[in-house]
Amino acid sequence: MVSRRKGSEHKKALNLEFRIDKEDDKREKEREEKPIIKKNKQEENEHRKRDLKKWSCVNSCCWFIGCMCSIWWFLLFLYNAMPASFPQYVTEAITGPVPDPLGVKLHKEGLKAKHPVVFVPGIVTGVLELWEGHQCAEGLFRKRLWGDPYAGLSMSLDNETGLDPSGVRIRPVSGLVAADYFAPGYFVWAVLIANLARIGYETKNMYMAAYDWRISFQNTEVRDQTLSRIKSNLELMVATNGGSKVVVIPHSMGVLYFLHFMKWVEAPAPMGGGGGSDWCAKHIKAVMNIGGPFLGVPKAVTGLFSAEAKEIAFARAVAPGVLDMDVFGFQTLQHVMQMTHTWDSTMSMIPKGGDTIWGGLDWSAEDDHDCNTKKIKSNDTQPMSQNGKGSSVKRVNYGRIISFGKDVAEVNSSKIEQMDFRGAVKGSNLANTTCRDVWTEYHDMGVEGIKAIADYKIYTAGSILDLLHFVAPKMMKRGSAHFSYGVADNLDDQKYVHYRYWSNPLETKLPNAPDMEIFSMYGVGIPTERASVYKLSPAAGCYIPFQIDTSAEGGLDCTCLRGGVFSVDGDETVPVLNAGFMAAKGWRGKTRFNPSGIRTYIREYYHAPPGNLLEGRGTQSGARVDILGNFALIEDIIRVAAGATGEDLEGDQVYSDIFKWSERINLQL
Amino acid sequence: MASILRFRKLCYLEPVKCSSLGFGSFETPKVDRKCENVASAVEEVSEKSKKKKKRQPKEWRCIDYCCWIIGYLCTTWLLLLFLYHCLPANLPGLRVPEPPGARLKREGLTALHPVVLVPGIVTGGLELWEGRPCAEGLFRQRLWGGSFTEIFKRPLCWLEHLSLHNETGLDPPGIRVRAVPGLVAADYFAPGYFVWAVLIENLARIGYEGKNMYMAAYDWRLSFQNTEIRDQALSKLKSKIELMYVTNGSKKVVVVPHSMGVIYFLHFLKWVESPPPMGGGGGPGWCAKHIKAIMNIGPAFLGVPKTVSNMLSAEAKDIAVIRAVAPGILNSKFLRLQTLEHVMRVCRTWDSIISLLPKGGETVWGNLDWSPEEEHDCDSAKKMFLQPTLNENNTNHSDEKRRFQVKESMKYGRIISFGKEASELPSSQLPTLGSEEFKRTRSSSNFDTSCGEVWTEYDEMSRESIRKVAENKAYTARSLIDLLRFVAPKMMQRTEAHFSHGIAENLGDPKYTHYKYWSNPLETKLPDAPDMEIYCLYGVGIPTERSYVYKLSPSDKCKSIPFQIDSSADGSEGGCLKGGVYFVDGDESVPVLSAGFMCAKGWRGRTRFNPSGIATYIREHQHKPPASLLEGRGLESGAHVDILGNVALIEDVLRVAAGATGAELGGDRIYSDIIKMSERINIRL
Repeated sequence: MVSRRKGSEHKKALNLEFRIDKEDDKREKEREEKPIIKKNKQEENEHRKRDLKKWSCVNSCCWFIGCMCSIWWFLLFLYNAMPASFPQYVTEAITGPVPDPLGVKLHKEGLKAKHPVVFVPGIVTGVLELWEGHQCAEGLFRKRLWGDPYAGLSMSLDNETGLDPSGVRIRPVSGLVAADYFAPGYFVWAVLIANLARIGYETKNMYMAAYDWRISFQNTEVRDQTLSRIKSNLELMVATNGGSKVVVIPHSMGVLYFLHFMKWVEAPAPMGGGGGSDWCAKHIKAVMNIGGPFLGVPKAVTGLFSAEAKEIAFARAVAPGVLDMDVFGFQTLQHVMQMTHTWDSTMSMIPKGGDTIWGGLDWSAEDDHDCNTKKIKSNDTQPMSQNGKGSSVKRVNYGRIISFGKDVAEVNSSKIEQMDFRGAVKGSNLANTTCRDVWTEYHDMGVEGIKAIADYKIYTAGSILDLLHFVAPKMMKRGSAHFSYGVADNLDDQKYVHYRYWSNPLETKLPNAPDMEIFSMYGVGIPTERASVYKLSPAAGCYIPFQIDTSAEGGLDCTCLRGGVFSVDGDETVPVLNAGFMAAKGWRGKTRFNPSGIRTYIREYYHAPPGNLLEGRGTQSGARVDILGNFALIEDIIRVAAGATGEDLEGDQVYSDIFKWSERINLQL
Repeated sequence: MASILRFRKLCYLEPVKCSSLGFGSFETPKVDRKCENVASAVEEVSEKSKKKKKRQPKEWRCIDYCCWIIGYLCTTWLLLLFLYHCLPANLPGLRVPEPPGARLKREGLTALHPVVLVPGIVTGGLELWEGRPCAEGLFRQRLWGGSFTEIFKRPLCWLEHLSLHNETGLDPPGIRVRAVPGLVAADYFAPGYFVWAVLIENLARIGYEGKNMYMAAYDWRLSFQNTEIRDQALSKLKSKIELMYVTNGSKKVVVVPHSMGVIYFLHFLKWVESPPPMGGGGGPGWCAKHIKAIMNIGPAFLGVPKTVSNMLSAEAKDIAVIRAVAPGILNSKFLRLQTLEHVMRVCRTWDSIISLLPKGGETVWGNLDWSPEEEHDCDSAKKMFLQPTLNENNTNHSDEKRRFQVKESMKYGRIISFGKEASELPSSQLPTLGSEEFKRTRSSSNFDTSCGEVWTEYDEMSRESIRKVAENKAYTARSLIDLLRFVAPKMMQRTEAHFSHGIAENLGDPKYTHYKYWSNPLETKLPDAPDMEIYCLYGVGIPTERSYVYKLSPSDKCKSIPFQIDSSADGSEGGCLKGGVYFVDGDESVPVLSAGFMCAKGWRGRTRFNPSGIATYIREHQHKPPASLLEGRGLESGAHVDILGNVALIEDVLRVAAGATGAELGGDRIYSDIIKMSERINIRL
């Protein structure tokens, strides 16, 4: 035994041989593995008597690895041999018997698949795959690019056209796999799909309207004919399911996309789909918007302005070096910004409706929002009633979406001097030429321009647009051909037949479909970014000149300000006002935006963090993506899909101040 | 991550051992089991030695040594793997031949016509949508296709979910298994085993993508009309083709069906122009308006003899060999499971298999004394098979050779014969029973109730009737159907409502508007679309099963299959009979006759099956085994599935998709005797 061990000692020497042979080995490694082992053993025997040493470090290492492997295999074997019901058994032992899954419960109630269901995924959650790439992407053909953390390729589009750069074709994955799981284990639609399947849904009556979420809505039709495909699929599903109209479930940006679709499909060709003026009435039963950013998201502004949202700002505060460092030779934030600037779709999320909706310098609809009471409430989960009583709390000027300096964000508007930046000289580019490869439009701007922006001090929703036009003229020029952010004075104006207005609910009429229902379903109870405090970035040169001032804290009397960001109630990304306003006021009853009087319902879901670890991401979550796993929401959807109307669901379910806030918005209806 | 790699290594190491045992087609399952065995064996070893360790502390080195070896191997493996990944993609030694798509793109080909891919039987993936409690956690996981791991974890459960209801041919209650939609349905059958992936990749190189390429995935277990009834698969296909036609600037589609997909699409062609409710209501001009060309790959127009042995005894050539080598394995009750019987039970619930039974009866497949392929020379076929370099212009060669060879002709017409002699005797010496004598003597005298649950319909047959079947010695394509009706009446009753296997006397007969005739090219007319083109692309040069020698199986137990292929029946040296199976030229599954006859004769010119005179082209691909290991499954393969990676075939498809016509491709390209064989078939056109 001893000598055997010693003999194996010279393996180390063999290792060297391996390195020489490796070029050949790797080609036929499986094949050669065995001969090598034999060779090892032979030489082992020869050397056995020659050197008698003790265990060396290498051998110990090998021994250790061997042990680990064996144990791993053993566990893997056990795991594979384990009966499938074992985990459930353990769970039941710990937490007691698990109630029936939702779908099963409803199935027992007698609900059955009736209306075909269409999912419209939102921004970022849809998976993209590569169809044609440059040399460096060899071997990635039809591999997931987005949704796979390891394939961090540049996903930029052409910055002039907003379409594919030459030689690269990245396309959305089609089918339910497009957005069931975003990354392994991180569900998006999967829970909803599983529950729908339990009452009888399958591929023939469920459809994922996957689209390339990077390009503008109309371009998805121009490049991929996505809208035509959705139209054809909806028609097919209605025809093959005995004439039952479809229930559409858009999520996040998909809400705007579907709004665009509804206008597109009834508009005459070539700009539209030529479906005729009653297409929606004939094919759509209900639109169940989940977390819809109807009026845009303030987060989009910070994203476009300085490529940072709350999370990134936080990371920057904790570890200032990381994001600004040249990690692996590139400047992370700048690259992110360069990439997102080429994505037209992000511009669909810029706040719409201007000061009327989002508030002016001194006024905003959510003025009396009390961040403190919310904190308490989330602890005892009482229904919303005491809100508004906490008048001692200082009012927050939410209207000022971007303000330079904390003091500016709080003082009275009369004390602020604004220097108009619009005419300001942009100045020459001072950045040295080495910055050139990093393309953000900031590099076309000189110090004067940056200073002019900072001097204006405060930007409301209206002036934000001017600001973006100033700092990123090319991007906004491209974007404004596809999107519009205003409020229509006269909806019958001829110009509103153009597709750029279709995704703005304040500049379009809903289709003429009095039997249709529109649901606004969203989470509440999570502080959501609404306005931010900026400062000039200290570094000069190639860097983005602005960043969120994370040191701006509100203190005890104004808890809404945290880390440079003013928060209101919402679902972590979309403020309540934005998600609910159209259903609460803009479309309620017969208004000019809703001429046929389509019924609207608001379904709010109060956020409750997961009770324990076993629940994963929570069955009562109100957060943006996690809400798709919220049982109450799933139940609503299943009931509607099985034929219920909004009345059967008991109409509105409201926890927030949405109605009060909507009242305050002065909009001609 | 690393540990996964280690596990992978184990799985890679083992195939060498496994395949050396000769389990040709059963490789995948065996490998996996083997790997688990190894894993457990390793554990056993280490556990044993642990016990020893307690007893004799001095022997601790043995286990150490084991660990050391394993650790060493793992490390080496990881190192090699690491180096392999670091390797620059284009090493001079590893020069990968340029894919045809890239070459054609340089020639200036771009995507023009939308492409529809129609997969064949077995290659499409199936996923679970609703199941019994035993399938917990498999929701939307692939049951068929992918890694097949579930077979080992819960084999009975797996079989239960894959089988259909044996009376309706639809879902059993409480189980919903559906086809995987999209291109992923059949790009890879199992990891690393491509089906359509190579073709898709090459199409993508000339500009195809999701919007102009569509995989018409359907549940291949169902009868064709049932895919419409249950899943509306035909309606979906129609709507997709119309959509692609509109969104691609009114360009007609090129359809590329494979294997059984060919007759599925034939069914679609009739369905789409028929009036509702039975048809799709597209009107008589639909095909002419929407379809440019149909490029049938490995078409099984007239059926596949392999199906017969599958239906009769659930065995194909490969299984017969295994049975001969190791008689115990398949018959032993492994895991309380009689493998073949289970396979048979499940297969018999799949209606689609019946669509592959030989069609056209004795006229096409030959009778007791005659068959169109009787001059086929297996010897030369084998030579061609072995020496791929010589056969470039071998058609003339082999013809001359054949003249000098005096050989008794094979009686391929006898698709099933009991005993080797019966397959060779002249017909006058054969005892024949008319089909009317197949009267079921359903005496339950032998029917043993202790068998419990009846699995295959053989259990309901008495021993005498089985003997009677065997006494009839030889069956042709016509009497074969009677035989199947006799041994499996329920199945045939169910499926004959969906498929027909005859030849139409008068195609104008109104009965031919029924959907059961739509998938039989000898009982339907092609649509009125004179501009359409039909291609038959298939491989030749591989011995393909054509007829079988059977024997009664020795075992008398219940729940066993009474017939099996007589694998001891071998012909003379270089003969066509091997292991109980007669071979002819073909692509390993489909004989040349079945693949090429319609294009060579049945539809050529203006015939009664092709009233509008649609142009047909035959493109044969001579099989060449892969020259080196680097080529994988071969760039010039002619085998049934591997042909989808054949460079010449891909080029043909790409050119047609980019707008070329059949004449521009160079018309027919023929290596086999298909024209001569077709001449011999006496069919009214």
